Amino acid sequence: MPVPVNIEYILHLADNALVLGHRNSEWTGHGPILEQDIALSNIALDLIGQARNLYQHAAALMNAGEVMTERRADGARTEVTEDYLAYLRDGWDFRNCLLVELPNGDWGMTVLRQFFFSTYQYFLYRELRHSQDSELAAIAEKSLKEVTYHLRWSGEWVIRLGDGTDESHSRMEKALGQLWKYTGELFEPSGYEQGLAAEGIAVDLHKIRPLWDQRVEEVLKQAQLTPGSNEWMQTGGKHGKHTEHLGYLLAEMQFLQRAYPGCEW
Amino acid sequence: MMEKDAWPLWEIFIRSKQGLDHKHVGSLHAADAAMAIENARDAYTRRMEGVSIWVVESKYVHASNPDDSGSFYDPANDKIYRHPTFYDLPDELKHM
Amino acid sequence: MTSAAAERNFQDKVDQDIRIEPKDWMPEAYRKTLVRQMSQHAHSEIVGMLPEANWITRAPSLRRKATLIAKVQDEAGHGLYLYAAAETLGTSRDEMIDQLHSGKAKYSSIFNYPTLTWADMGAIGWLVDGAAIMNQVPLCRASYGPYARAMVRICKEESFHQRQGFEILLVLSRGSAGQRRMCQDAIDRWWWPSVMMFGPNDDASPNTAQSMQWKIKRFTNDELRQRFIDICAEQIKLLGMTLPDDRLVWNEERGHYDFGPIDWEEFRNVLNGHGPCNKERIEARVQAHVEGAWVREAALAHARKNSVLKTEEAA
Repeated sequence: MPVPVNIEYILHLADNALVLGHRNSEWTGHGPILEQDIALSNIALDLIGQARNLYQHAAALMNAGEVMTERRADGARTEVTEDYLAYLRDGWDFRNCLLVELPNGDWGMTVLRQFFFSTYQYFLYRELRHSQDSELAAIAEKSLKEVTYHLRWSGEWVIRLGDGTDESHSRMEKALGQLWKYTGELFEPSGYEQGLAAEGIAVDLHKIRPLWDQRVEEVLKQAQLTPGSNEWMQTGGKHGKHTEHLGYLLAEMQFLQRAYPGCEW
Repeated sequence: MMEKDAWPLWEIFIRSKQGLDHKHVGSLHAADAAMAIENARDAYTRRMEGVSIWVVESKYVHASNPDDSGSFYDPANDKIYRHPTFYDLPDELKHM
Repeated sequence: MTSAAAERNFQDKVDQDIRIEPKDWMPEAYRKTLVRQMSQHAHSEIVGMLPEANWITRAPSLRRKATLIAKVQDEAGHGLYLYAAAETLGTSRDEMIDQLHSGKAKYSSIFNYPTLTWADMGAIGWLVDGAAIMNQVPLCRASYGPYARAMVRICKEESFHQRQGFEILLVLSRGSAGQRRMCQDAIDRWWWPSVMMFGPNDDASPNTAQSMQWKIKRFTNDELRQRFIDICAEQIKLLGMTLPDDRLVWNEERGHYDFGPIDWEEFRNVLNGHGPCNKERIEARVQAHVEGAWVREAALAHARKNSVLKTEEAA
């Protein structure tokens, strides 16, 4: 489903939020202690809320620009909705980074992934508040408050676990070894991001990369952990080339809409 | 005997945006103060904004005695929860 | 003060609706009953998260996804409030969790049933939460202060749960043939277990009288059950669905609905561990607890390191 680049960018931001929110929601009822179950569910809710705002924005633009060329059986144009975008696109149309679609692993891997992503989202949204797309700017402003809390929460957990017991430290080292190669993609501008950054709509990732590096280094240091090498990074998600995990995630998430097409829920 | 994974209990006090005083709302378990505050925010203020949260480890809250006329036992301690199971005693100690 | 005088004093307070607080004298039996009741209520909230969490990743719209997570999260919170209230009586969270995991403590047997379709989310919200609310509202005036206050907080948050459930069913009932079938099927499976949530008949409930005198129970099982059935029998008309009870009929004389016999054997079986999901529910909780041990230990170890450091700095 080809879309104009500005919409592709919005979908990229939305897909990141939705997929990570979905992954976090898998912990509900299975967290290491009741209080943390509540905390991570809050984060999942925030992310899904961000995704909804972004999808709704993309849908409005798509409808206004008559992007959907498909016609329904009665000849009317398919109206794009947040649910259409979340539930009826296949994996190759999703633009999320690979980092967020990975399986949760243990609590250590979950909080480390959250920390990497929230640090990125924090600096991203801080810049996005100045976007020439006023709706994006408003969404960024609103989301920044939530993400500030996500960053604090996840950073503290990384430190607690990195500098906790021998077992927790070795689990964090393992998690770091698995996740580090997915962090590069966060700052690799895709084709659609480059043009839009020049227009002041998208964030210039080069600008925020050093801020992310600095914050991550600080926290990892306190956690007695060392950043990985930047030799080689996994990539592809921003262009719709995903890991094998996304297919299963979408199969589960989209099942009802696919099995009972065209229904209200 | 403290278990190596048993988090201490904290009492939570919240002042809502419109309120004047912090009110005791309940308790929760947390490993440290920062976590206690965040847990309190997540558990007790989900539907509120702009609140002030105080957290105190339960063992540090000291309480006055209830009216003597109403109490049968003379509390041997001034803690908020009167029951003796709040003492950390070794498992081996029987009949207590 | 003699023990008899203290007991009279205590009952006077209860009769006058003066709250009993943690440091007040109370009969040992009252304390024991409360600890059991509150902790089992807490366990029910926590175990109750599982059948609904089962459908979070498959929720069919973003709005449903968000509201379902919020609902399940609320239940975690309710468990938290109730554990906190129970802890004021001298039991610890860990003790209570151990009792749940070892099977010593009970939880509401309704959560031992499986959630097989999306419509189950609607049926649970409408019927199970509906029954729970009916039990909970009177407890807002329970005699034990921390319990009553926890219940007030819980009742405030429950308001959207039942509405959410009914709305799910309403949308299904107006949908495709497949959706309408899903709706009726869920109602068929969840109705009788919900009716059983109110516990055995009054004449088979020996503890009811004492609990009512102590005001930790305000209405009898049969009273609440009848009220529930009367209300649901009317509400279901809006769905254009039926309740799986061919003896359900309005009795003008009594001013209530007559209803069919309850299968108490099923109730007893499920309560004693022979329900469809008893094992899975406890295993899930045990697994979460066991797999989370390293996390809890690490957090505590880190906190202790920091407090040692702080003490050293201050010295």
